[in-house]
Amino acid sequence: MCAEASSDKPVTSPQDNDSGQISALRDEMLRFATLQLRDTHLAEDVVHEAIVAALKSSGNNQSASLKTWIFAILRNKIVDIIRERSRHPVEQLLDEDLGDLDAQFNNRGHWNKEHKPVNWGHPETVLANEQFWLIFEACLNHLPENTARVFMMREHLGLEIREICNELSISESNCWVIMHRARMRLRMCLEDNFLQEEDAL
Amino acid sequence: MMNCKHATSLMSQGQDRELTLAERMQLKVHLMICNGCSNYNKQLQLIRETMKHLGGRNPEH
Repeated sequence: MCAEASSDKPVTSPQDNDSGQISALRDEMLRFATLQLRDTHLAEDVVHEAIVAALKSSGNNQSASLKTWIFAILRNKIVDIIRERSRHPVEQLLDEDLGDLDAQFNNRGHWNKEHKPVNWGHPETVLANEQFWLIFEACLNHLPENTARVFMMREHLGLEIREICNELSISESNCWVIMHRARMRLRMCLEDNFLQEEDAL
Repeated sequence: MMNCKHATSLMSQGQDRELTLAERMQLKVHLMICNGCSNYNKQLQLIRETMKHLGGRNPEH
């Protein structure tokens, strides 16, 4: 298990005075929080809170790297906000336009030639590519808002499908459909944009 | 025989629930003969991996 920075557990922190480094991380934290919450003001607030919490408990421990540690604090604060939001049921989760997803398949349900997924190469190579991460974030930002919300809860925050549907008051099979569409959209966006970049290199 | 549309849906569900034995077998057979879906499956795994590490990645050396 990795260290978690929840409010009821003591948080480990690097021992130096890290305020300089923390402010350097601020932009990245802000981008991360905005991606998750899709609300710039809320993102600024939560980043500010995380930095304050980090500075307060600075000097406890040197086990975690500053970045890992401060993002753990931030992530926990974001989870709290998302959980809080989830108490309000999501409306109209399934009304998005599916034309572009269906168009990938022919009338027998097989891939159309131009949409057939291609080999992206070695996962390690892809993950080591800075450009991939930027495009990934951009693609994530292009997901329909509610779809992105469910997808984040599942894939980034690691909640179980059952927990997500319960919190959002939607059926388990709806949750699967939402996840399926999110993955499909994300994949399509990555293949269209990342691979084009690669080809251009 | 299973088509790609159905296979992609099952691959996604496989990340969220345990597939039944019959589903797993059908999918396995489909993946053996379908390049596109086989690539799709690897891409889903990469997306999952990427999502886990989003934010707080350690900077490259």
